[in-house]
Amino acid sequence: METNEVYEKLKRVFEDGIGEIKTDVPVYPFFFVSADKINAVSLFLRDEESLQFDNLSCLSGMDYDKDNLAVVYHLYSYVHHHKLVVKVVIPKSNPVVKTVSDVWAAADWHEREAYDLVGMTFEGHPDLRRILLSEDWEGHPLRKDYKVPEFYKGMKVPY
Amino acid sequence: MAELRTEELTLNMGPQHPSTHGVLRLVLKLNGEIVDDVKPELGYLHRCFEKHAEAMTYPQVIPYTDRMDYVNAMSNELAYVLSVEKLLGIEIPERVEYIRVIMSELQRIASHLVAIGTYGNDAGAFTPFLYCFMDREKVLELFEMVCGARMLYNYFWIGGLSHDITPEFITKTKELIKYLRPRIKQVNNLLSYNKIFIERTADIGILPVDVAINAGVSGPSLRGSGIKYDLRKDDTYSIYNRFDFEVCVGTGERGTVGDCWNRYIVRAYEIEQSLRIIEQAIDKIPEGDVQSAVPKRVKPVAGESYVRTESPKGELAYYVVSDGSLNPYRVKARSTSFCNLSVINQISRGHMIADVVMILGSFDIVLGCIDR
Repeated sequence: METNEVYEKLKRVFEDGIGEIKTDVPVYPFFFVSADKINAVSLFLRDEESLQFDNLSCLSGMDYDKDNLAVVYHLYSYVHHHKLVVKVVIPKSNPVVKTVSDVWAAADWHEREAYDLVGMTFEGHPDLRRILLSEDWEGHPLRKDYKVPEFYKGMKVPY
Repeated sequence: MAELRTEELTLNMGPQHPSTHGVLRLVLKLNGEIVDDVKPELGYLHRCFEKHAEAMTYPQVIPYTDRMDYVNAMSNELAYVLSVEKLLGIEIPERVEYIRVIMSELQRIASHLVAIGTYGNDAGAFTPFLYCFMDREKVLELFEMVCGARMLYNYFWIGGLSHDITPEFITKTKELIKYLRPRIKQVNNLLSYNKIFIERTADIGILPVDVAINAGVSGPSLRGSGIKYDLRKDDTYSIYNRFDFEVCVGTGERGTVGDCWNRYIVRAYEIEQSLRIIEQAIDKIPEGDVQSAVPKRVKPVAGESYVRTESPKGELAYYVVSDGSLNPYRVKARSTSFCNLSVINQISRGHMIADVVMILGSFDIVLGCIDR
């Protein structure tokens, strides 16, 4: 199923929860979903007979623009062999997204990584800890305004 | 006899332990010999690849991708290069496509030989390890001949290749195919159908298909659970649709479908299929200039691309976001081993400590890819 057909279907069910669709962008079309609806939308995408997106291929956090962060979901269906890209944009002042780790187990570690490196919180995640950096690390390196620390626990970083 | 009260024991496996295939720490909760819980602690090899990439130009990122899954550098380069090329929308010369397929398949053989050898080593079989590494060396010699490096190549460029191949490379590759076929049989006799090895791996760590798909497990680890799915066939990229090869799956020939032995044997089968692809491609390489399509300045339009490829370990993809400048705005690597490792807790529970080593090895993880 093409992205715009999925979009129409979701729009009918979730109405305001689904944002605008972008079809003329390189390379693949995508659409936006609101941060508090993403869990319900994901569950629908996974379980609806004609969609069955049973695989979360990738979940990426990113610094979207000056005031916003984004989470990008790349979905795939092993049943229907179709793909979908969904984005959630959240303000940096209150970066909270509903978790999808109860829908796809793959999201568990990916969300921890996004939290670790980009710094958004996933509401309802069972074990939201840093995964790649050490527990006591300060800041989130993939933010564009991240400054490389001069000292690590009082020790000068030699570069 | 009255129930004995036993204390729960926490045991650290790694980070410096040969069976964790790198610097990975597993925190095991034990009830006697039985594993109750496995908690992987990652990040010992974290080099912040994604942050580095944002400060580099597009071609400068390629050597960094080499260092992700360092026993399998060609496939990493291929995934990244395809993603950027998609964003640029450039046409690649036929010759380049053919050489890329040959290199990727040679790399698949080398990577699977490491996987098989080290897995045997995990089970206590040291001899197959030496055999596999000897054969892998022959593949690496070919790479060295073509680009001068044994492991980290920087060979695939955006739009082309760093060097053209020589006629000598073609003769040597043909010799290698002849040489490898009986050697694979030998490894199978030594290890795959060895009774001790089967006892250690069959019926251990059974991974059902629905759990695997939900957790994002891919590649040989997914096919070991019996699903016939290969991105080279089912979501084809480059020119893989021109070649005739089979998708190998675990059939439960020994043990149960989805156990460690079935995940392992898929790799042994796949070496033969890779040889078939190379055989078909090697005689058809068209003439051409391998650098004719390399852009002088890589400056894609603002946009994003995501291309999934079948690396030897599974689904490898790069999510590349461009803001129209010379540096990528964001590069996210969809790491294969990262997703594959995440099911380990679920399938290790209830097994013995020694089985955790076998389950971990059966996923063929590389920590450079997990920690990035």
